[in-house]
Amino acid sequence: MQSFQDIIFKLKEYWAERGCIIQEPYDVEVGAGTMCPETFLRVLGPDPYRVAYVQPSRRPADGRYGDNPNRLFKHSQFQVILKPSPDDIIEQYLGSLEAIGIDLKQHDIKFEEDNWEAPTLGAWGIGWQVMLDGLEISQFTYFQQCGGIDLDAVPAELTYGLERLTAFLQVRDSVYDIEWAKGFSYGDVRYRDELQYSVYNFEMADIKTLWKLFDLHEGEATRLLGAYDPKSPGKKRFPLLPTYDHVLKCSNLFNTLDARGAISVTERVGVIQRVRKMAVGVAQAWADQSRVAPVAEVAE
Amino acid sequence: MSLPFLLEIGTEEIPDWMIKNALEDLRAKFVGLGIPHETVQVDATPRRLVLRASGLPERQADSVERVQGPSKSAPPQAVEGFARKQGAAPADLAVETTPKGEYYVFHKKMAGRATKDILAAALPGVVLGIYFPKTMYWTGKSGPRFIRPIRWLVALLGDEVVPFEIGGVRAGNLSAGHRRLGAAQVAVTCEDYERRLRENCVILSADERRARILQGLGWQAEAPAPPVGQTLSSVNPAVPGAVAGAKVDPALLETLTYLTEYPTAIEGGFDPAFLELPSEVLVTVMRHHQRYFSVEDAEGKLLPRFFAVMNIGADPQGFVRRGNERVLRARFTDARFFWDSDQKKTLADRRKDLASVTFQAKLGSYRDKARRMKALVKELGGKASAVRAADLCKCDLTTELVKEFPELQGVVGGLYARAQGEREDVWQAIYDHYKPVSMEDSIPRNAAGRLVALADKLDTLRGCFRVGLIPTGSRDPFALRRAAQGVVKILVEGGMDLPLLDLLEGNAELTAFFQERVKFYFKDARGFQYDEVNAAMAAGWSNLADLGARLTRIQGLRQSPDFEPLAASFKRIRNILEKENFEGAAAGLREDLLEEEPEKELYREYQGIAGQPIETVISRLRPKVDLFFDKVLVNAPREEVRQNRLQLLFELRREFSKVADFSEIVTTS
Repeated sequence: MQSFQDIIFKLKEYWAERGCIIQEPYDVEVGAGTMCPETFLRVLGPDPYRVAYVQPSRRPADGRYGDNPNRLFKHSQFQVILKPSPDDIIEQYLGSLEAIGIDLKQHDIKFEEDNWEAPTLGAWGIGWQVMLDGLEISQFTYFQQCGGIDLDAVPAELTYGLERLTAFLQVRDSVYDIEWAKGFSYGDVRYRDELQYSVYNFEMADIKTLWKLFDLHEGEATRLLGAYDPKSPGKKRFPLLPTYDHVLKCSNLFNTLDARGAISVTERVGVIQRVRKMAVGVAQAWADQSRVAPVAEVAE
Repeated sequence: MSLPFLLEIGTEEIPDWMIKNALEDLRAKFVGLGIPHETVQVDATPRRLVLRASGLPERQADSVERVQGPSKSAPPQAVEGFARKQGAAPADLAVETTPKGEYYVFHKKMAGRATKDILAAALPGVVLGIYFPKTMYWTGKSGPRFIRPIRWLVALLGDEVVPFEIGGVRAGNLSAGHRRLGAAQVAVTCEDYERRLRENCVILSADERRARILQGLGWQAEAPAPPVGQTLSSVNPAVPGAVAGAKVDPALLETLTYLTEYPTAIEGGFDPAFLELPSEVLVTVMRHHQRYFSVEDAEGKLLPRFFAVMNIGADPQGFVRRGNERVLRARFTDARFFWDSDQKKTLADRRKDLASVTFQAKLGSYRDKARRMKALVKELGGKASAVRAADLCKCDLTTELVKEFPELQGVVGGLYARAQGEREDVWQAIYDHYKPVSMEDSIPRNAAGRLVALADKLDTLRGCFRVGLIPTGSRDPFALRRAAQGVVKILVEGGMDLPLLDLLEGNAELTAFFQERVKFYFKDARGFQYDEVNAAMAAGWSNLADLGARLTRIQGLRQSPDFEPLAASFKRIRNILEKENFEGAAAGLREDLLEEEPEKELYREYQGIAGQPIETVISRLRPKVDLFFDKVLVNAPREEVRQNRLQLLFELRREFSKVADFSEIVTTS
């Protein structure tokens, strides 16, 4: 039987063989692998990029105190970005499933329409949810827009739900029963995370403190964005990546406050707008900063 | 020589619900090219849109163009110059007589263009012109847009490839088989195309895929027609004596037909202990979330079984069945968890939580909406149970089960209300209050439910129109057309004696919006003629139940041979009165001014039948009206006689326009 980590190793190896950089998880809390700079910022601009990584993704509202066999506060996404997307991208994706031991002549694979949209990131794409014997195992998206910018080199994003996939392969009804490594179950490794974060997110998080943190991170991100000057000769040194970290902090704080039931009807839309404004601001500055030589300068 | 034509657009998986419209558009765009052909047929699977035609000419017919040259009297140099310009010798020219005299002409032979060339030039536009609700680009912003990336193209005219290219993909003769059961490249000809696909586990015909799914569910191919909405075996038991069977949901069947290239149904089961959960929840999970057919016994009771449809030929090891069973078990376990935990807080206790659920930014929370609905239900004369239902009906929006299965809103509230001991009419009203969700759907089953449903929809409509959220063209994000349609349907089919126009807050736009919906309902849903609808509405349309009753009467009246002639006379009356700007005389009708016998007769008849239903008097009235118009001149020389005649017509029209304004009826004579 393949363990949870065996499956991760095989996916990494498979995508490394297909030219991907293998990254480690991003070290700031995110709600999805898409939010990592390796995706959100790297899909911008014309430069080719290929990367794969596991990203622990936090959804405070989905926590169930470790009681629910299928729902997790923090689940692990395996994220692949191929930019631009190769013509045989679906074949490559199916090949990855075969690489982890799924015989697709014996299993039912369907691609069902599912267009992805993330209003807080000004991003959307066209794609599918991939169903394996009735189980959704992946999201497959052709990005069309990110940070409010139309993408000219269309990237494909593949996201595998690793816990589900492993439970499927190991024939387990509860994610806590899957084998992470020989002798260790998923529950051994993660149960305490699930329980304690549920308690914190639903019961103990101090609302005032979280709002204060939100304001602080927002203030810092906004200050930095205001200081970015597209005309400055030294703009390459400008710390957009640290700016984006503060945006991610805001996003996670928003999710936590939401799970805590601390965001009222009238506030909600407004807070989403605030996060979106920062994310779009970083994306646009990043696109500007990445331009080696803007077309206008070349013309001169 | 006549040639077959094959076009296959090979793509990544197209959303199932878009395929049929895309095919019809493809057909129309091909026909629009104007290339002669005998037959044309379109087919599709999720990965290919296919058009096959027969009887195309190899090339267009040759044609002759007549080019007029110089006059016959022109100098020879001019004639030679003309001939040279046409690429001909002077001897090739003819002389023809025209009205202006004799002229040299040249009959230029134009070879017909090769059909292949026409197609090669036109096909990129045909393919990329197919309409899809949402498209994407995949080779970059300047590249083509289509529903999903185009990965291969087959275009054959007879044995030859029609050369063209879209987004770097060149048309050829290579198709593709099933993703895992077939070859990645399959060489095809116009003749063997469908067979070659079949060899590679792709069934091209949707009819055949549909039949294959139905057979897997137990339907026998020789049955007259696939049943709809019933269990299959109750109509057509594959196993004699068996009555239980898969419930055929036509929408699900279509989805699965266009979600697969090689569909095969398999049967699975689940733990009967889950049957304790409401069947609504179980069926929703199976049908909407997992795309399974549920299975019922002869009494319509849910059985712990299901049918899933795979996109492969068989499941000899049972992998697919067990996988689907596990997914279903997880989903049911979730549902049970939600069902149990939601019960810890009653609907009544959830009312204040509605304050944190937004209805619409400008219209406040669902708590605000529920309060408005409650007031409106009272205003509409709702009794205690309707008010109670209005108070509780939105509370299920705060339950985990509805967050998980939003399509069960209302239903879940009803089920919880029942479990929490609410009266039957209350829980049923909550359960039904989103009904009718379509023109085909039924209205709420009890009076309380009809009132709550009305209040809900009217509140949404009034609020949205008040803050300017008015549908335009195809944009109707709040589904206001459906809400208004629901109001109309409930008022009419519920026989509710309520004045709709008094409930629209005097909003002219909302009134006009409803007027359209009322017309649509009676015309398109109920099948009345548009002139009948116009005639009946012209006599008032605030009470829709009454309007419905009057329309039925008009339909009956129309059978009478007197109806159309009388309608024509009423049109004449209206024209006369409008031309004269006649709005009734203050003194009323004066008998002493009636001069001629026909007008006296008409007056006597009118006096005798006034107040009676038009059905019973139409045959008596018509000859008198006809006679009047035959013999009497309205424009009498004496002004007071003329005014009196106008008054007679005016009163007649008023009396008989209570059911409908018959002058709106379009007459054939």
